[in-house]
Amino acid sequence: MTVLRPRAASPTLRTQPRVRRWVRLLPVGPAVVLLLVFLAGPVLWAFHASFTNAALTGRNARSPGWVGLENYGRLLADPVLPLSLALTVLFVGGSAILGQNILGLVIAVLMRRARRGVLALVGTAVVAAWVLPEIVAAFAAYAYFSRDGTLNQLLGGIGLGQPDWLYSFPMVALMLANIWRGTAFSMLVYRAALNDVPAEVTEAALMDGASGWQRLAFITLPMIRGSIATNLMLITLQTLAVFTLIWVMTAGGPSNASTTLPVLAYQEAFKFGDIGYGTAVASVLILIGLVFGAAYVRLLRDTKP
Amino acid sequence: MGRRVLTITSLIASAAFALAGCSRGAPAGEVKSLKVVYQKTDSFTALDAMFQSAKQEFEAAHQGVTVELQPIQANDDDYGTKLALSLRSPATAPDVFYEDTFKVRSDVDAGYLLNLDSYLKDWKDWDAFDEGAKAAGLGDDGGTYAVPVGTDTRAIWYNKKVLAAAGVRLPWQPRTWQDILDTARKIKASDPSEVPFNLYAGKATGEGTVMQSFYELLYGTGSELYDADAKKWVVGSAGFTDSLAFLKTLYDEKLSVSPSEALDANVWKKVFGEWLPQGKMGATVEGSYAPTFWQEGGSYEWPAYGEDMGVAPFPTQKGQAPGGVSMSGGWTLAVGSSTKAPDLAFDFLSEALNQKNSLAFNIASSQIAVRSDVASDPGYQAANPFVKDVSKLVSITHYRPATSDYPRISAAIQEATEAVITGSQSPEQAAAGYDAAVKGLVGDHKTVRK
Repeated sequence: MTVLRPRAASPTLRTQPRVRRWVRLLPVGPAVVLLLVFLAGPVLWAFHASFTNAALTGRNARSPGWVGLENYGRLLADPVLPLSLALTVLFVGGSAILGQNILGLVIAVLMRRARRGVLALVGTAVVAAWVLPEIVAAFAAYAYFSRDGTLNQLLGGIGLGQPDWLYSFPMVALMLANIWRGTAFSMLVYRAALNDVPAEVTEAALMDGASGWQRLAFITLPMIRGSIATNLMLITLQTLAVFTLIWVMTAGGPSNASTTLPVLAYQEAFKFGDIGYGTAVASVLILIGLVFGAAYVRLLRDTKP
Repeated sequence: MGRRVLTITSLIASAAFALAGCSRGAPAGEVKSLKVVYQKTDSFTALDAMFQSAKQEFEAAHQGVTVELQPIQANDDDYGTKLALSLRSPATAPDVFYEDTFKVRSDVDAGYLLNLDSYLKDWKDWDAFDEGAKAAGLGDDGGTYAVPVGTDTRAIWYNKKVLAAAGVRLPWQPRTWQDILDTARKIKASDPSEVPFNLYAGKATGEGTVMQSFYELLYGTGSELYDADAKKWVVGSAGFTDSLAFLKTLYDEKLSVSPSEALDANVWKKVFGEWLPQGKMGATVEGSYAPTFWQEGGSYEWPAYGEDMGVAPFPTQKGQAPGGVSMSGGWTLAVGSSTKAPDLAFDFLSEALNQKNSLAFNIASSQIAVRSDVASDPGYQAANPFVKDVSKLVSITHYRPATSDYPRISAAIQEATEAVITGSQSPEQAAAGYDAAVKGLVGDHKTVRK
């Protein structure tokens, strides 16, 4: 532990604050250890594995070899990658950044004016989807969108067509399902944020003759910028990682039409047993998450006065 | 800051080493339990029953040893993944496990399976096993690594009532692909709401797509998937394109299920549970195990299946010899290479596969017996009305190439069928896409044009 050894001539003066700093760090120690072991560990392992030809079975399972950038080269040449990237961006953009985020904000704003009964009803309905375990929510969504599902029965009841959602419009069905499932989170974040907007400020704007839209756009939204950025970061990262919902509803099909990056990584690593290639896909996903994360962290920093 | 991170990291690293050191200390001599991993689903409990019975017998005979049964509830694909993951580490690897025949070779390559030659030599029951079935347990080095529990064949299962209503003469035996189309069109004409002839396609049904549909077509054209002598994959064959074209005709004319139904991973449940019993489907290609679903205690009990259903070999393309096609798979039991008690593990394996247990299992799961003393048992022969018909198909059956490239090649075929039935590619385009995919997977030098 050379780090702890004081370098200067007068030890007592310098060691004291150092030791104190270390002692102060002690309570967070377990958390740091857990994060390193269970978060950083797997990430580092995935990066490492993506440079090998590790496999679930066959000769390479016994003695995986270092293959350098081969997996990444193969990935770049894979015709599924551009499609998968586009679908991932569409899924995150459509269902998280636009869908969950805006719908959550709208519901939160409307709920401030709602009556008590409506409030309870809407709140329960929205949060119910969030409370369901992911696998249950996924099966519910599958039952809703499937060929003979609830949605088609409703549509048939009012004489509209009955498209096969999961087959003809898999991404639409998946995005709607993810919005249904995730909006509650955004709504809760925004309700909390809106409660923190001081009533005096809004009232002052009202006195100045600002309309409802103006108050929202120029007073409320700027005041909850921080919450918006936090919320965007959390739901983006959550949605990037959505797997169960897609796997249960479409399993990436038909013809890869809903194969987002997590589904692709799973298929490669576990269906085809090519762990090296699968982790290369996962590494790309991690990088995308990092880029989003960094962008939002910047946004957050800028919003601080 | 940087130093602090370094310190923390090194602390953790040393702690990890210390902990890893501790876990190595366990003594190897005293094994008190055997871990057995196998598949169990709502519709497949026969294996569970077999192991329960073997566990009782084994524990009674070996005082102080407990057999820990760990069934995995999953479909074939997921079971394979789960098993492979547990085999990766000696700490989680089972002592005895249920292994798909087509994974044996690649798992031997991976070093997961124990060579059983020295044990089989002294096991008198081994002589009762069918020679062809024994081959399923061979590794690339010629040693035996797994013991077969049963095999299967595939045939056309047709609903006699549906065919009779359409005016088809019974018993139905199509001689060519054209016969299938003619009959299917006849059924469609007599009742457009029925599914005349189902063949699986697409990735959702996984191995079902190739085993119960595409390979029956392909191996009936005279082409093959893999040249076993040259150890090369066949590309550019006319048979491949013809097979895709046949699927296209079937799906385009709505003679099979709709593409969206075909791409639902649960379609087979509807075939067994709804369409065939309710007389909404004329025929489908399915395995010899089909009666397990319908017999008493099965997931879709159908008391009249013995009278209502008929079975026929799948024809070759133009009726060429040998006049029929079938595909076989099957499962084995294997011993994990990292087991601490290989003798006990093999004892358990041989107990589980003794005549009594094999017989009960083969009957309950409608498997084709691989032990001669089971095959000749009157109870087995009377297990269901179709045992004789499907057992005969062993003479015209084919096996999948059991190489470690196979799962990806199979996926490429499934993709080609999906592209054809959804209309996104013509049979020629899809076949060309398959050729390119195979060359990309195994390299040019391991393919051959035929």
